[in-house]
Amino acid sequence: MKLKDLTSPFYVWQRAFEKPYTQAKPIQERIGAHAYRGFHINDIEKCVGCGTCEEICQNGAIDMVKIAEKASQKGDSGLVPRFDYGRCCWCALCVDICTTGSLGMSNEYTWASDDPDSFRFTPGVDETSWQDSEHGYRRHPDYNLLKLERPEMKVLDPDEGLKSFDEVVAGYDHQQAILEADRCIECEICVATCPANMDIPDYIRAVREQDFDEGLRILYKTNPFSATCGRICTHHCETDCTISTFGKPLAIRWLKRYIVDQIPAERFAEILQDEVVENGHHVSIIGAGPGGMSAAYYLRKKGYGVTVYEASASGGGMLRYGVPSYRLPDDQLDKDIDYIVSLGVEVKYNCKIGRDVEFQQLMDESDAIFIATGLNQPSSMRIEGEDHPRVLSGLAVLDDVASHRDPGVGRKIAVIGGGNVAMDAARVSRRLGADVTVLYRRRIVDMPADKEEIHEAQEEHVRFVLQAIPVLIEDADSEEQVTIQWGEAEMVAEEGKRPRPVLQEDRMHTETYDSIISAIGQAGDFSFLPQDISDQLNQHWGKFEVDERQRTTVGKIFIGGDIANNVADAISAIADGKNAAIGIDDFVGAETN
Amino acid sequence: MFEINRLSEAELESGKYTKIWHGPQHPGITGNMSLELTLCGDDVVECKTHVGYLHRGFEKMMERRTFIQNFPIVCRIAVPEPTFNEYLYAAAVEELAGIEVPERAQWLRCLNLEMMRLASFLMWLGGASGSFGLRTVYQWTVTHRDYMLDLFEEMTGARIYHMYISPGGVRAPLPEGFTERAMSVMNGIEKLLFEVERVVLNNAVFKLRSQGLGVIDPGMVDDYGIVGPNARAAGFARDVRKDSPYLVYDQLDFETITHDKSDAYNRTVVRYQEMHQCISLIRQMLEQMPTEGSFHADLPNVLHWKIPAGQTYVKAECTRGEYGYFLVTDGSEYLRRVTIRGPSYTHAIAVMEKLVVGVNIADVAGLMVSLHTYPPEIER
Repeated sequence: MKLKDLTSPFYVWQRAFEKPYTQAKPIQERIGAHAYRGFHINDIEKCVGCGTCEEICQNGAIDMVKIAEKASQKGDSGLVPRFDYGRCCWCALCVDICTTGSLGMSNEYTWASDDPDSFRFTPGVDETSWQDSEHGYRRHPDYNLLKLERPEMKVLDPDEGLKSFDEVVAGYDHQQAILEADRCIECEICVATCPANMDIPDYIRAVREQDFDEGLRILYKTNPFSATCGRICTHHCETDCTISTFGKPLAIRWLKRYIVDQIPAERFAEILQDEVVENGHHVSIIGAGPGGMSAAYYLRKKGYGVTVYEASASGGGMLRYGVPSYRLPDDQLDKDIDYIVSLGVEVKYNCKIGRDVEFQQLMDESDAIFIATGLNQPSSMRIEGEDHPRVLSGLAVLDDVASHRDPGVGRKIAVIGGGNVAMDAARVSRRLGADVTVLYRRRIVDMPADKEEIHEAQEEHVRFVLQAIPVLIEDADSEEQVTIQWGEAEMVAEEGKRPRPVLQEDRMHTETYDSIISAIGQAGDFSFLPQDISDQLNQHWGKFEVDERQRTTVGKIFIGGDIANNVADAISAIADGKNAAIGIDDFVGAETN
Repeated sequence: MFEINRLSEAELESGKYTKIWHGPQHPGITGNMSLELTLCGDDVVECKTHVGYLHRGFEKMMERRTFIQNFPIVCRIAVPEPTFNEYLYAAAVEELAGIEVPERAQWLRCLNLEMMRLASFLMWLGGASGSFGLRTVYQWTVTHRDYMLDLFEEMTGARIYHMYISPGGVRAPLPEGFTERAMSVMNGIEKLLFEVERVVLNNAVFKLRSQGLGVIDPGMVDDYGIVGPNARAAGFARDVRKDSPYLVYDQLDFETITHDKSDAYNRTVVRYQEMHQCISLIRQMLEQMPTEGSFHADLPNVLHWKIPAGQTYVKAECTRGEYGYFLVTDGSEYLRRVTIRGPSYTHAIAVMEKLVVGVNIADVAGLMVSLHTYPPEIER
């Protein structure tokens, strides 16, 4: 003990002259730090209701609820998170995992109310003073719990691809598939978007867990064309994948392909265990494309006797004759079709209704008829000279190539159109050694073709001449050639519509080609329908009007595929086939009782 | 060595002794636990500790939550020091999952841990002086702890439960201008420590009451598993930061602080010096820390994150000594088992029951605080 120990504590007194540290609340307010984890905010315009916040919340403080302000629609469940502040611990995992970045937190941290229920609130919907706060916790851009990058798909070098009709896309290897499947957050937004409502998160989980048998069973619940769709599906699901807000959407299509690729065709029957118990009824199906065959599959599983009438020599419809084999090899399409046929579906090839069999005969023999004949007639360009012998139709070229015939396109050709048929005709012609120019009346962004088809066509050195309107086709100097006159177009904005190309008559061009491939659209051919039936069916813009079960105004007749839906792609046709099977089953059941 | 002479029933009935409950709500107890004291006059002759007021079942809870969901929970295990729990959980998960943490994240984590140590010591210092009647000092230290909490609020988004160190790294880099503000808070605390030295350490009242109180015999250290400043005050230079360096401690300049006799006074001195050490470490880190680069590793999708089967024990030096997490995984999305070993377990139960015998009732609170124990960490 020293004397200092007695005197030094009096140093305390010096503090008496200092200002107090405390703040005089409520006269002075203390604002939370810039990144403080305060009360939640939600931008309901951005929120797609994926529910990942609810999934990750370890307190169960979040419920996804329906609100009046927001409707459920494509790519948006219409739900928003409601927070229970009796449970929330403000950890902000919900903000970190938010797929759209709509969730955040303000720096507001005091809230007094005599109503305990008010602390269960829906940010962005219930009025709060902090909803528009600029401050508060947001996920840092360099910190991400979502997996945004896709493993790169191995594809054939474009120049290599041009040398043959070999498949361009190699498919994922095992490690890539597992990595990609791991990215899925299982929000199920894609399920509602898929025309066939495939159980996408479930089969992705099967990939993750490497249970491919289970994966195949899940696929076949909603889609008997999985090998095909795993390659050429238009994948609406990927467009709406919630991961795509900040990253690349899940490669849902390639994962589906990966499952089917793991299982040889011989094992399908053993895995799927589709047992058919005959119910004594019979259904006729016209067209063995994806719509007709998927209806056949689901009807057969319900025990119906099914006969499919197909005008061509093989099944698959547009998938076989419209999609070139570098996108969809024949053996993959056969894998799907052979399995359906193996269940006891009778397919009559080279049998055209109206020519070989009368439609009325089907009406008499069958309990129901499903028509899915597709769009197989090329549309007219409506210009002078389009009946020139060197003007070919895109469909005919693709058909020739699929049937291993030479379409005789020549060395220098022009393709007119911007849809998938135009792209395929152009790429097929490149493989046949031609120099290809695509003429399209609008811009690239207006092209109805798949983005990746356009991209791949460009990679394969297909030349694009845009805003070009064909005006006249005439004889060239040589009989083997044809001359086309086209004019440049200006895009003119129109209120409420997409911009319209207007021909500039002072800027005309003339060019000579070995052939011109017209691919500006297709229409259906319904000449096989007897007049009285045709009169009874409602048509609108060249498509038949049907309900959600593909029913028409004629009880027995169901219609689906490209001739009924406006999307006109394979997965929609498959969905139509499945829906028709349900509709037919209901109809026949009701008729029998 | 663990023998405790319990009084017989007859002796207790003799009328010579009084029994009182010290806690569970008592300002001298650093949390909710009770001491059942048997007194003879003013002196404690027997002590039984009672816990159970804070059992929240964290270890079981963690088996039912995914790996990412556990990280916001663990901070609650030791309330005044959430960060050490966050770090240990993250480190264990990273080791089992084979995740490499970016260098910048390691610096940020280390800074966060040292800031936490300083904030925790500031609160402890208030308790230590307050327990011996120096209530004014409590007001000072808690004020400066609040300035530390302001820094945490800026850095992590929260004052108490930071949830900053997540498996893979940290959630955000330092905000703009943080270094300057942190330096100014450090200067303030340095000034405070200068005052504390005059008012507490050189104070006849404090010295008389704390010197010779609760002496930990060097022989007890290993027998009881005593760690941290309690052991260092007895001359044991044991510090996980030095003995098995983690994060960036091997790049920082500091020495383990020891003393020659572990009584309440010297333990205060050791902690007082460690606070200076904290300030020095924080300054070093703020100056040397990389300001560019990633601060969070890429994780697998956390919504279905599976970690291969394995087990690991990770440890860190918290304010009270070695703090450890033992994690067992079985290849699923959940932990198979987690065991958390905090230093308070021995300090507040076995050591306390032994040291309190013979102590004047007025010094029981001071003794307990001088051991620096956290009941929430005992029960989890």
